[in-house]
Amino acid sequence: MAKEGAPEKLIIDGKRLDGRDFETFRKFDLSVHVLKRSNGSGTFAFGNTRAIAGVQGPRELHPKFLQDPRNAVLRCRYMMAPFSTSDRIRPGHSRRGTEISKVTTDAFMSVLCPEDFPKTGIDVFIQILEADASTRCAGINAASLALADAAVPMKDLIASCSVGKVEGHIVTDLNGPEDMYGDVDFAVSMIGDTDKVVHLQMDGVITRDELSRMLIMAHKGCSEVYKNMKAALKAKYSSNVEGE
Amino acid sequence: MTGQNYIKKIFSEGKRLDNRKMDEFRKVSVETGILSNAEGSAKIKFGDTELLVGIKMDVLTPFPDTPNEGVLMVESEFVPFASPEFELGPPCEQAVELARVVDRGIRECKAVDVEKLCIEAGEKVWAVHIDINIINHDGNLIDAASIGAIAALLNTKIPKYDAEKGKVIRELGEQLPLKDAPIELTVFKIGDTLFMDPTIEEEDEMEARITMAITQDGNISAIQKGGTGYFTSTEIETAADMIIAKSKDLRSFLK
Amino acid sequence: MTSTENSEILVKEKQLVTPGDTLAKGLDYLPSAGCYRENTEIKAKLMGLTRIKDRFIGVIPLSGVYVPKPGDGIIAKVKDMQSTIWILDINSPYDSILPLSEAVSDYVDISKTDISVYYDVGDVVYAKVLNVTKSKSVQLTMNDYRARKLVDGRMMKVTPSKVPRLIGKEGSMIELIKSKTGCQIIVGQNGLVWLKGENEPLAAKAIEMVEDFAHVEGLTDKVTKMLESG
Repeated sequence: MAKEGAPEKLIIDGKRLDGRDFETFRKFDLSVHVLKRSNGSGTFAFGNTRAIAGVQGPRELHPKFLQDPRNAVLRCRYMMAPFSTSDRIRPGHSRRGTEISKVTTDAFMSVLCPEDFPKTGIDVFIQILEADASTRCAGINAASLALADAAVPMKDLIASCSVGKVEGHIVTDLNGPEDMYGDVDFAVSMIGDTDKVVHLQMDGVITRDELSRMLIMAHKGCSEVYKNMKAALKAKYSSNVEGE
Repeated sequence: MTGQNYIKKIFSEGKRLDNRKMDEFRKVSVETGILSNAEGSAKIKFGDTELLVGIKMDVLTPFPDTPNEGVLMVESEFVPFASPEFELGPPCEQAVELARVVDRGIRECKAVDVEKLCIEAGEKVWAVHIDINIINHDGNLIDAASIGAIAALLNTKIPKYDAEKGKVIRELGEQLPLKDAPIELTVFKIGDTLFMDPTIEEEDEMEARITMAITQDGNISAIQKGGTGYFTSTEIETAADMIIAKSKDLRSFLK
Repeated sequence: MTSTENSEILVKEKQLVTPGDTLAKGLDYLPSAGCYRENTEIKAKLMGLTRIKDRFIGVIPLSGVYVPKPGDGIIAKVKDMQSTIWILDINSPYDSILPLSEAVSDYVDISKTDISVYYDVGDVVYAKVLNVTKSKSVQLTMNDYRARKLVDGRMMKVTPSKVPRLIGKEGSMIELIKSKTGCQIIVGQNGLVWLKGENEPLAAKAIEMVEDFAHVEGLTDKVTKMLESG
């Protein structure tokens, strides 16, 4: 049963409403080291979904009882700017924001080397500036760039993307209408281009067989995101090496 | 008080602290209708893990984009008597995550027939509040909470609504209509070992966990990975198979 | 560099790498700062430039906070004190302490003297890191010919990993800036820079230029040109 406002069809003749193939991403836009008062920063966009992240730290952690004498404490906070969605979001805590913050922190803990900075805190602030689905994935990617830019020791970058099921077809990188009116939204993050899943959330109903296929698409998608993130990091500093 | 390395060691040898098999659950007990002021309720025990789920219904204006649908809300309270790790105050991250994971398990397969909860389109609908109260935390709260939520929903009777006076009358009427009864279970990982229903000592050492809800048809609705470790795709598929198999056993505990 | 059949190094010196990049294969090579070993591979755990020395492969970050090392000469600011120690901010996630015995060589009767007469909150000093414990407790000393209170002047911050570039080979870069601007300039290993003299803004501009273009070839010429044009 169609939801109010749903387009009649989301897939026409094997192409999505915005003209993409099933496995094609929206346009990537990445930048590194954009916030001067943060230790490291980055932005990441999938089409009209845009996230910015800044790292403060490693720095002294307060209150003191939160300090871990052997390790750094990582805290990622995800929030959406009030103007990021078409209806304004009231600023402040939200349960969704709290949950996404937790799964984001857990994802980065899998690659962090916290023993290199005992007793410190590393705070990552992620803000979604424009939301058109796959926001938590854009947030995680922006945070990866920011942590690398801040020289926070990590075994690898974390790459994130969404996969979905729309009118029976499995597709990569859901946009707003596909997320809202489609059947399944599967947000996944992996260590680099490996097959190690550090974050996975799925809404919707899939068969056991579809699970296998979506995991394969997810791995391909995350690998492509990873390639773009490495290139953006290297491009930022390579240009310095060559000249102005 | 068992040391961290001890648990990693025994798991790598395929053993657990209490000699259970890796996919074996502790003693499960489900009692329903035990809270006299709730429209539906359940008390769940998995070994020493104990929690209460209470369902309260009231009448609200619907959300603007779903004027014909009732509202489902899941919240959870981690009261400090359940564990010395819990603190007083607004729900901690763990409590928020638990509530949202249980919510997703129920919502995504449309278990609660929200269209049948419309009283007056655009004006008044029933809201179903599912509140999860942890009594004792000895591991595996998500599984216990989701079974508890479904057991409580199966036990819920809709109160009467006096439209003229705009009041809810706490007399129990019909069974809350359900379209599915998903069973949501979690697989945990220590080293390369995948297992289920940990005690708190086992859970404190877990590296990663993955929760999936299984519908009556055996499909997967809602997946949430937690913990700071990782799963390979193969491990995720193995976990799916473990959860699908186990969901059949646990379904027998529901009415 | 010798290598067995199975070992190979995959990067050049001063190559830009990102976390997760494989730098070498085989057990002949060893990870140094900024790298880790995963099975038989050496990988980067920071974004930065590779540094290869004998069999050690490390990565020098292009950014990052200051991690104190014994022997470092640093600029520190007093933030608090107790009866016989000062606590100083060293532009690091870790605070440092300076015990009275490491700051004043004469006997001090603390029942009669408040140690703020030597260094008070807000004072800036050039000191040496005496030792750093495993849990990152940092102890400073003023027992060094360069150690002293720095009075007046201007403070700036640069990325700690760029300090070698700011100092230059045998001090060439910093001497260039000092001579062209008539300023005393003291560079701490912790990234804090103190300057005082005739043309402080010009000196500051030069220091910012080194910060922004630290790994550009021909930086010295670039800075010279800028300083000469005032």
